[in-house]
Amino acid sequence: MLNLELFTPELTLAAFAIVVILLDLIIQRKGWLVVVSLVGVVVAAGFTIAMWGGSSQAIFNNMLAVDNFALFFKLLFLAIAALVILASVDYVSRFSRFQGEYYALVLLSALGMMLMAATAELISIYVALELASISLYVLVGFLKDPKSTEAALKYLLLGAVASAVLLFGMALVFGFTGRTQLGEIARVIQALSLSGVLASPGLILGMVLMVAGFGFKIAAIPFHMWVPDVYEGAPTPITAYLSVASKAAGFAIILRVFYSAFGLPSWLSLDWGLIFAVLAAIGMTVGNIVAIPQTNIKRMLGYSSIAQAGYLMVGLATVGLSPAVDILGRSGLLFFLASYALTNLGAFTAIIAISNKLDSDLIQDYSGMGRRAPLLALALTLCLISLIGMPPAAGFMAKFYIFSGAVQHGLLWLVVIAVVNSVISAYYYLRVVKVMWLGEPASEEKVPSSGALRLALSLSCLGVLLLGIIPGYIMKLAELAAKMFVF
Amino acid sequence: MSFPYLTTIIFLPVVGAILIAFIPGLSERKIKNLAAIFTFFPLALSIYAFAIFDRSLGAAGVIQFEEKLSWIPAINAYYHLGVDGLSLPLVILMSLLGFLVVLISWKIDLRPREYFAWLLLLETSILGVFCSLDLLLFFLFWEIEVIPMYFLISIWGTGRKEYSAIKYVVYTLFGSAMMLAGILSLYFATGSLSMVEIAQGGLAMVQSVMPVVAIFFLLLIGFAVKLPVFPLHTWLPDAHTDAPTAVSVVLAGALLKMGGYGMIRLCVTIFPQVAKTYAPLLVTLAVVNVLYGAAVTLRQTDLKRLIAYSSISHMGYVLLGIFALGQVSLVGATLQMFSHGVITGLLFAMAGLVMHNAEERDLRKLGGLVRQMPIIAVIFSVAGLAALGLPTTSGFAAEFLVFVGSYSSTVVSGIQLYTILGVLGIVITAGYILWMLQRVFYGPPLEQFNGVKDADILERVYIFTFVAVIMLVGIYPAILTDVIKTGIMPIMGLLGG
Repeated sequence: MLNLELFTPELTLAAFAIVVILLDLIIQRKGWLVVVSLVGVVVAAGFTIAMWGGSSQAIFNNMLAVDNFALFFKLLFLAIAALVILASVDYVSRFSRFQGEYYALVLLSALGMMLMAATAELISIYVALELASISLYVLVGFLKDPKSTEAALKYLLLGAVASAVLLFGMALVFGFTGRTQLGEIARVIQALSLSGVLASPGLILGMVLMVAGFGFKIAAIPFHMWVPDVYEGAPTPITAYLSVASKAAGFAIILRVFYSAFGLPSWLSLDWGLIFAVLAAIGMTVGNIVAIPQTNIKRMLGYSSIAQAGYLMVGLATVGLSPAVDILGRSGLLFFLASYALTNLGAFTAIIAISNKLDSDLIQDYSGMGRRAPLLALALTLCLISLIGMPPAAGFMAKFYIFSGAVQHGLLWLVVIAVVNSVISAYYYLRVVKVMWLGEPASEEKVPSSGALRLALSLSCLGVLLLGIIPGYIMKLAELAAKMFVF
Repeated sequence: MSFPYLTTIIFLPVVGAILIAFIPGLSERKIKNLAAIFTFFPLALSIYAFAIFDRSLGAAGVIQFEEKLSWIPAINAYYHLGVDGLSLPLVILMSLLGFLVVLISWKIDLRPREYFAWLLLLETSILGVFCSLDLLLFFLFWEIEVIPMYFLISIWGTGRKEYSAIKYVVYTLFGSAMMLAGILSLYFATGSLSMVEIAQGGLAMVQSVMPVVAIFFLLLIGFAVKLPVFPLHTWLPDAHTDAPTAVSVVLAGALLKMGGYGMIRLCVTIFPQVAKTYAPLLVTLAVVNVLYGAAVTLRQTDLKRLIAYSSISHMGYVLLGIFALGQVSLVGATLQMFSHGVITGLLFAMAGLVMHNAEERDLRKLGGLVRQMPIIAVIFSVAGLAALGLPTTSGFAAEFLVFVGSYSSTVVSGIQLYTILGVLGIVITAGYILWMLQRVFYGPPLEQFNGVKDADILERVYIFTFVAVIMLVGIYPAILTDVIKTGIMPIMGLLGG
């Protein structure tokens, strides 16, 4: 049975992407493209919500899972896509051509990420990942100025290498287990004895290569070299999109693969748990320290996102070290991803609004923004505070939640490194705050912002506050979503 | 359910802050009135709560005005507020200072909207710390305080204000990072975030995630930065000196007390045995605080810096009283927190008036001001005498209790020696206070200060309020000690006498 109705969110999104491209050919008022894209996202989200809470199922010969875990991520990606589209309106309206393609590509890469969250089979994982990535390669180079082109080329080349590494890893895993479906791989591995696995080191090698391939997506050190350049060169809404959606998708797929295929026996999960713990420690330390001297705010947030990936990997390490029934690691990770997405989107939206006026991303040019655009500056301040992990913003609850899981499973050393890192990070985040509120404005001219931007900004800031003060409901959702479907 | 006193007290200021920040087109006058209104009602309410607080011995250890709502079920966190004899005096202190600093700030004209919004948010966060009985809620309020402080010092401060502000933030965040690790370990050792439950369960509930001693010290570092305890004190002189007057008042008056409060509420109550074991170390640090702080104070030439260093010395008494671990000494330490809050608050307010009216803060250049500002001179002298512990002022009552309590404490051996060393601090205090008063007010009148004004009506209102509180507690300390005792007695039970 095909069960196509369980595939409606993806189908809707694909259909709307095509409609947007076609519509672009015939209408003159490009504003409608935004409306149509948003309608597509909302309809797809509606279908997704309707499926929430149903029993977990697999479709297409066990290639796609439809469980709360996938639905949680689908909703997250759709929300991100909607906010990115809203934040892009001003930016894109300055393009003379290809406006339809822009929105269509945003929708298509959202589609790829939705598939990434749902796939439970190696080959479809690869296909979903490429669908998401290739759309993003194009979007990064959309400005076609030297910086944007360089960024796109760099992203494409390194992305291709990462894909190759990932494929190699998958091939090894397939070679040693003879299966591509994650649940079946798990059963083969569990049937092996410890000596059986040790006799076939290729399996472990395959696992490590997959960590490397996915590590590129989540910007984990040492696979992070592309981040600062690409973040700086890409159109700012796309930087925002990359920094949250692409990262969330990477974590979704890592969770799915490592939890369902390599989750048992426990000595195996301990192995990759420790790999992620070490990557986390290095990632947050390097990311935070290198972020300090940055002068370009997009580059700074690039390094900050490397550090944030480190905090997120604390969650992955917890998943590796905790028994499979314990959901705290996974739900902590999901909650952190949701709060990080809102926070970073808010920050980038404010940056888009400011750079539309200033035509600069240098931190020093933000001087006196508190007087030129008090609400924008306030919103950006809130988001930066959330990135530090201070209350009352979402980042605080997210860190508390994810670290509490880690402490429970004997990762106190990692948590201490992480909290010390939070202190280091306060220095460079607060530097931006300082420049905005204490600096003298270069001119008295107000910074205008369009309705769409303001909507996107207020939605994300509202979310940041909500998750920071009354996180109970979203944590409940994350807990439900964390009960992943293994088959 | 009865009227939620504490929620109202805590959140009225932040409501005021939101109104001030977001109502467009408010005049400066209206902003100040709003701030005064939204800090006056918490003060009135907390005094009312103080009046109806059950002081009978039967109520010892009972949490009053309790509010408990489920907040984040996923991690077993509650919105749990309540006060006992330990925290109620500090709530009164903060709400009193909260109202008075609005009056002290009446002459602020630089960006008043933001200023008062941050000031009110600050009040909410400190009140929240004293009322929270849930560790997560406690930590949340504890952290929120950093942001308003950062802005208040770095925008409205003087001198190297940006440096001082970021130094303050980094120290505080470092302390709270340690504290967060401690809270997380405590949470997983006991499965609960409720201070009451953890304290009642005692160490029996603790399964070892890590040595209990380590958790104790993780928490202690967070509080020691705040109190501050030597050698973690270096942020304090900078922050106090460069902050605007009103913020110095809150900082010295109420913020430092978060550290002392946390030590009693968490370190001593939850880890009585560890506290006993390490009391000699901490009492030694307390004596170092007293003597070193006082000695450094002697050398200061800047009016505000002098008062700032004197705080370090006075907080040493608090630390001494806490870790002498006797009932009288703990009562004394709590009373000293209240008393120091009011006295140093007044000292900073007076220093602010002198600086504002005479436009000079260097002790070497001040002098003879008693002729121009007789009222300020008298009140400043009263504050100074209270700081050095003259009888009939609250300073005397508090320090006397600390010394008597520590000297007679049976928990720490050799405490008598430490106490005597601590008493020496009083002598040095008398030295620098009298020297400061002499430099500022006496001596030949200086020409450049002709025409300098005395305190105006509004200023007289708040400085006399301060003096009234100091005298009231000094003459009849039982008004507070009766309450404090109900909070301290259960802790003595835990310490096993």
